[in-house]
Amino acid sequence: MIKNLTLLKPNKESLNLYISLGTIFFVLGIADVTFNIFEFLPIWISFFVPLAFCFLGLHLIRVEFSGNKKLDSLNKNINSNWFNAILTIFAIFLLIKSIPPMLDWLFFDANFVGSKKEDCTGDGACWVFINVWFERLIYGLYPINEIWRINAAFIGLILTVGLAFFVSAKIKKYVLIFLIFVYPFIMISLISGGNFGLEWVETNAWGGLALTFIISIFALTFCFPVGLFLALGRRSSYPVIRYASIGFIEFWRGVPLITVLFMASVMFPMFLPEDTYMDKLVRVVIAITLFESAYMAEVVRGGLQALPRGQYDAGKSLGMGYWRMHLLVIMPQALKLVIPGIANTFLALVKDTPLILVVGLLELIGMIDMAKTNPKWLGFAAEGYVFAGFVFWIICYAMSRYSISLERKYKTDR
Amino acid sequence: MSRAIIQMKDVNKWFGDFQVLKDINLEVVEKQKIVVCGPSGSGKSTLIRCINRLEEHQKGQIIVDGNELSEKTKDIEKIRAEVGMVFQQFNLFPHLSILDNCTLAPIWVKKTPKKQAEELGMKQLEKVQIADQAFKFPGQLSGGQQQRAALARALCMEPKIMLFDEPTSALDPEMIKEVLDAMVNLAKAGMTMIVVTHEMGFAKEVADEVVFMDEGMIVERAKTKEFFANPKSERTKLFLSQIL
Repeated sequence: MIKNLTLLKPNKESLNLYISLGTIFFVLGIADVTFNIFEFLPIWISFFVPLAFCFLGLHLIRVEFSGNKKLDSLNKNINSNWFNAILTIFAIFLLIKSIPPMLDWLFFDANFVGSKKEDCTGDGACWVFINVWFERLIYGLYPINEIWRINAAFIGLILTVGLAFFVSAKIKKYVLIFLIFVYPFIMISLISGGNFGLEWVETNAWGGLALTFIISIFALTFCFPVGLFLALGRRSSYPVIRYASIGFIEFWRGVPLITVLFMASVMFPMFLPEDTYMDKLVRVVIAITLFESAYMAEVVRGGLQALPRGQYDAGKSLGMGYWRMHLLVIMPQALKLVIPGIANTFLALVKDTPLILVVGLLELIGMIDMAKTNPKWLGFAAEGYVFAGFVFWIICYAMSRYSISLERKYKTDR
Repeated sequence: MSRAIIQMKDVNKWFGDFQVLKDINLEVVEKQKIVVCGPSGSGKSTLIRCINRLEEHQKGQIIVDGNELSEKTKDIEKIRAEVGMVFQQFNLFPHLSILDNCTLAPIWVKKTPKKQAEELGMKQLEKVQIADQAFKFPGQLSGGQQQRAALARALCMEPKIMLFDEPTSALDPEMIKEVLDAMVNLAKAGMTMIVVTHEMGFAKEVADEVVFMDEGMIVERAKTKEFFANPKSERTKLFLSQIL
């Protein structure tokens, strides 16, 4: 049996022998990464032992047309030649070296319970930090006793959105109108108070994740229609409208958001008449809305340009005017085409909100900045940012999945 | 003789420096069927696209059903609603089902109640024999079915005039007949039709008159029999010898 082995060309004659030998070498190599079995050898040899063993192992199991389906697909996908074998080995080494320490930091060596810094005794993350600051991270500096108002506003939002999904098409129309034109004002008056016996809470006190949501929701709702009109304006046959749209879009696309926010918060009030006042948060939301609507306009314009001219001809020949044609024929198709682009813009908007830090509004990341510089809690930046990253990832992943489901829903061709 | 429903007087049109239509004079009487033929690039499509103002002419007069078409024309949509058009590429709305394609304009432009519009839509779809496809989307239909759906969609607006812009040029040969049959039925029902086509068999069967165009000009206009039996101009003779 042994004499059938040709090391350079593994073949299916002694398939099992090749597989066993290959596996042994490979496992030895992998084990050596963690346990340093060959430490007794000179360092310049032992350093390369895992690589050499794994390489030899993968070479031995690279049997062409072995007839074993699993082995064949393994060879085809990650072990098709020596170069891919090395890439595979390095990828595995990287995972072995990085995953366990990460898990240790996140979970096994981490502290979860406690109420002060000294409760964190492990080498890992101190989730006590997040635990203690949790309320602040979510609600900012909002008075603790009034937090129920924020909760109520968002639960109401979720319920209304949920309602819109479950009612029939006829009622859905009214729910959506309520959601877009009425609910935002209910939400704002509930959170800001000042009437119905609710205590007035200044927008300076708003913050944390709640503020991230508030800014995102308002900016998303407004930047979409503004973007649509800008996209149409840029294709208008009236030069005044066209050039105004081009000018607007190119201006906002050319300026960094951080500059825009700074202008909105510091410079803009100087241009206002003496006795007028506009809340800083309102100014910031308007600034973000205009900024993102320029991007939205270009995304939508891409969709408009992708439509064949025949669609416009057909709409016109049926007696539709400009608005009817765009509402019924052009926009539904153009928007469907650019769902991925719209999702992109929306995700970018959500992830741009932390920039309002520069004008002193503290949303989730701003609150983490504040917490980590608290004298009692110095040194927990990593925990804070990992937590923020996780929260943003959940939000953005949900939006991304929703956009994919919309794409499927509206796919009518083919 | 009934009245002229379309009148074109000395119509000229340029695309940039290129003149596509040169001094076009054409009158179409109600219920008349006219076939427009000619080599590609001769301005046939542009000619009929001017009739519902999908293209704008720069000089001359076009009067459709008593309304002159110009920049000043208000309610161009109303005139377009009375002039149906079938395109070479069908141009169905891909995001709507076949029936919704048919009912969209009646509901939103003519304000027909939804139920009534759907009945009308089904009636027109039955006439072109694709009522069984009503709830499918355009992408699921064959070319011939799509073109018949496009015809039904135009007819749902109950137009006075129908324009056809090479309706069979984008179709596989075996599908041409089903579309032409639908058009023949429409002609027999007494519709005013202007058809740009290379289907000379169709011209012989239904056209009252044939218009031959070349290089933006109307070279010859004659009664159908006369046109095929005894063409006057040399250019027409050459064209006919090449395609027949």
